[in-house]
Amino acid sequence: MQNFDFVKPATIAEAVKALNSGDAQALSGGQTLIATMKQGLAGAETLVSLTGIAEMKGVCQGDGGLHIGAATSHATVAREVATTYPALAKLAGGIGDPQVRNRGTVGGSLANNDPAACYPSGALASGATIVTDRREIAADDYFQGLFATALDEGEIITKVIFPIPEKAAYVKFEQPASRFALTGVFVAKFAGGVRVAVTGASNDGVFRWTEAEKALSANFSAAAISGLSVDAGNMISDLHGTAEYRANLVKVLTARAVTAA
Amino acid sequence: MPKDYGIGASSKRREDVRFLTGRGQYTDDLSIHGQAHAVMVRSNVAHGKIVSIDTSAAAAMPGVLAVFTGEDFKDVGGNPAGWLIKSRNGEPMREPKRPVLAHGKVRHVGDAYAAVIAETYEQAKAAAQQIADDAVIDELPAIIDMKAAAADASNRVHDEIPDNICFDWGWIEDNRAAVDAVFKSAPHITTLELVNNRLVPNAMEPRASIGEYFPGTGDYKLTTTSQNPHLTRLLVAAFVMGIPENKLTVVAPDVGGGFGSKIYHYGEEALVLAAAKKLGRAVRWTAERSESFLSDAHGRDHVTKIELACEKDGTFLAFRTETYANVGAYLSNFSTATPTFLHGTLMAGPYKVPHVYVNVKTIFTNTAPVDAYRGAGRPEATFSLERVIDKMCRELGLDQFEVRRKNFITPDMFPYTTPVGLAYDTGNYQATLAKAIEMADVAGFDKRAAASKAKGRLRGMGLSTWIEACGIAPSHLVGVLGSRVGLYDAATVRVNATGNISVMVGAHSHGQGHETVFPQIVAERLGVPESSVEIVHGDTSKIPFGMGSYGSRSLAVCGVAMNKAIDKIVAKGKKIAAHMLEASEGDITFEDGKFSVAGTDKAKTFGEIAFSAYVPHNYPLETLEPGLEETAFYDPANFTYPAGAYICEVELDPDTGKVDVVAFHCADDFGNIMNPMIVEGQVHGGVGQGIGQALLENTTYDENGQLLTGSFMDYAMPRASDVPFYNVDYSCQTPCTHNPLGVKGCGEAGAIGSPPAVVNAVIDALHRGGMTHVTHINMPVSPGRVWQAING
Repeated sequence: MQNFDFVKPATIAEAVKALNSGDAQALSGGQTLIATMKQGLAGAETLVSLTGIAEMKGVCQGDGGLHIGAATSHATVAREVATTYPALAKLAGGIGDPQVRNRGTVGGSLANNDPAACYPSGALASGATIVTDRREIAADDYFQGLFATALDEGEIITKVIFPIPEKAAYVKFEQPASRFALTGVFVAKFAGGVRVAVTGASNDGVFRWTEAEKALSANFSAAAISGLSVDAGNMISDLHGTAEYRANLVKVLTARAVTAA
Repeated sequence: MPKDYGIGASSKRREDVRFLTGRGQYTDDLSIHGQAHAVMVRSNVAHGKIVSIDTSAAAAMPGVLAVFTGEDFKDVGGNPAGWLIKSRNGEPMREPKRPVLAHGKVRHVGDAYAAVIAETYEQAKAAAQQIADDAVIDELPAIIDMKAAAADASNRVHDEIPDNICFDWGWIEDNRAAVDAVFKSAPHITTLELVNNRLVPNAMEPRASIGEYFPGTGDYKLTTTSQNPHLTRLLVAAFVMGIPENKLTVVAPDVGGGFGSKIYHYGEEALVLAAAKKLGRAVRWTAERSESFLSDAHGRDHVTKIELACEKDGTFLAFRTETYANVGAYLSNFSTATPTFLHGTLMAGPYKVPHVYVNVKTIFTNTAPVDAYRGAGRPEATFSLERVIDKMCRELGLDQFEVRRKNFITPDMFPYTTPVGLAYDTGNYQATLAKAIEMADVAGFDKRAAASKAKGRLRGMGLSTWIEACGIAPSHLVGVLGSRVGLYDAATVRVNATGNISVMVGAHSHGQGHETVFPQIVAERLGVPESSVEIVHGDTSKIPFGMGSYGSRSLAVCGVAMNKAIDKIVAKGKKIAAHMLEASEGDITFEDGKFSVAGTDKAKTFGEIAFSAYVPHNYPLETLEPGLEETAFYDPANFTYPAGAYICEVELDPDTGKVDVVAFHCADDFGNIMNPMIVEGQVHGGVGQGIGQALLENTTYDENGQLLTGSFMDYAMPRASDVPFYNVDYSCQTPCTHNPLGVKGCGEAGAIGSPPAVVNAVIDALHRGGMTHVTHINMPVSPGRVWQAING
């Protein structure tokens, strides 16, 4: 790992300033960035820690649902939303291992947008709002492909607002080695309709399975999607599963999430 | 009431106090004044011609002390293969030189072709990257697929070996025609083509070595992660570096697991010694985890076609196999023995099959070397046999238990000589099978299957009745078979003046529990507390010349050597006691730590005798040397033959293909048991590794020879949640007939017996679910593979 300077600002304004001066990189829980730096695949002159900013931490109920500070750890989310949004708590509590959950943050996960990460499906299915230092971005506009998001250079997520659905569930099928989502499906039923977001499966990253949403909005039962099929054309094919296998998992896991919700 | 001390007691593992509290002393924990750091420069192509390695920029970087390339070692010896195998046409195997650092060509991703020594690890690492950037290596087409490698003589891993074949071995060649004849007329033949997947050993502690040179005496010291310090010393000193053995000390301190991968000598060990001499400073190297993936000797990697000829009632007539065994880019030390004499000789299983013929072609490829890994050859044999038997039972509609019973060697047939050259001394395979059936509640299976079905799951039950040859090994026999070393072991029992005891053993404990079990035997024999016995191992300057630990040999070979040394201690003690008690030596008995004159109350304690031996004021000095220390070497008369029956139950989710092992029952015959708790732990660990191989672990190279499973992100290790609560029994005991402890060994059993039980259970689940078109799924039986098999 190359040497770097480390700053830990106490406010969002200081963090933004630090990020916009020279070769700087935001560091949240570091569960991806540090490992990547150790491999020599990432690096910056300055790492700007976001975990010392009090206003970016914690969970509270507010306008539009749960307001979760971007630097809140998965473990904290799992604990704090267990009664208000159990499906999201389950998602957060199922990420990695205890070490990862106590370091990794919701903002870090969403900013990284790993195609096999759990949070993107939770945010997309919830219709979350990604709040940054300069604007609010709807989840539908935020995710733009593998590791790609609507964030601009130097822009940081400060909090995420999760609307609370009537019913929801997240079902993850783990990749046997990494235990990331080989495929994960988050189903959320709102008064206005059902949203289904799939992670781990597509070459384009997290996506909404709109056919299933339509069928489930009309009839929220596993049977409602039994006649649907998922196109394997754009699914990931790798050591752990073919595109056809992932397409199958999307349907199987969606049905299970509906049943579990 | 179970014993609380001595042989048969579940004494607590004393070594765990330091292991579990972070107080172990592993190679990387040691810090030596003035030490420098080595980093290897490894090939990032699978096959390439080294055009030039410009080290000048790296050498000028901050902190860099020295740079080595293959050129620096071209005149020292190669790291040899431990066994010379002959092909069936009589030709000796092709044995290319394995250099300390690659020279001329690089032959696998991770092949080290240069090394940097610097003041700090970071400086060495930066300079190593510089060399990698400056080296010119012309990439050649990678040779990955074994059958393609053997078919294409134009592309060669080693230029002097035209068809990439190391040897083409037939066992037993003289029986081949008779076996072929049986197949011509057999009423039924079952054929199965299968892959025994390649595994990365992944010991928790990566390899590490520290070299030291003492210019005042010309002595070298190598501290290294080894399962066998004397063997490593022999290889480094006599074969590679040309250092006299008496000038080289090898120390293997606490070692965090080996599973075979730390038997072998690796180039890094020679490198740190050469660098230490050149610099006059200690030089240390510790592998990163990614280096372990790339450069530790891997395990298994067989592609096998096995045929079973039988009567319609399931009576075995013959087995015939053809195996392609990958040895990787170079011959690791045991790589030629593993697919041959640790595999072919087990191809009769525990069965009275009259005819067996085994053909093994070992192939060089541009992959990491492949060698013995927990079980070593015997898991490959067991998997082939137990899978093809299972398939035959399904083809003929026969009961899997009955077919085994029908074909088992029966207890009245021992000693039993198999058609593949082994003489089983004892066993009772019917007993372990009956025990396993009882443990597994086979009669209640249908009820459990119905409960699974109600949850949308398919339940299956798989059986494996396995045997192995361990307690490696009788030197005269392995010598005939091609071994270049003997496989005895040795122990010195030193009774100290105050009556406590130091035992120096040739076996090496890297997690097994020798420091607990060996004292149990000493305590039992000499009537002293276990706590007054200390085991010394892992340092060639302290221990007698033993061959280390692998092949479930520590207790069955080294333990027996120690037991022989104890015999000598007792015999000498009797002489001393006879003198002190003024009695005839023949009248002295030794029991419960006391030397007594038979028929009298005259006695001396063991402690009194020990004290007298070292303070010989009243001692027969004219006829007896003072001191109480004895060494014994033991060369076993035969292998030992643990055997057992494993029953696995799985639940399979047909929608996702996920397999859960819900129960695993082991009925093993390990002969006499020294410490039941440690035996159970060994079985748990072995079965866990076997389930890992069966369901999770796989090593995949792409067509260019890049390792796709080079980290734990893609190489799936078994975790606690992947294994069930094991049900382990070892009450069926037929003690080994040719060693006085009656022990057989238990270290590899779980890894040998379990994979076919798991895969057979998966196939059973699918067949019970009506998916009879699935006759085999290669390991690892991953969810994706199961789903693909179900859905064609």
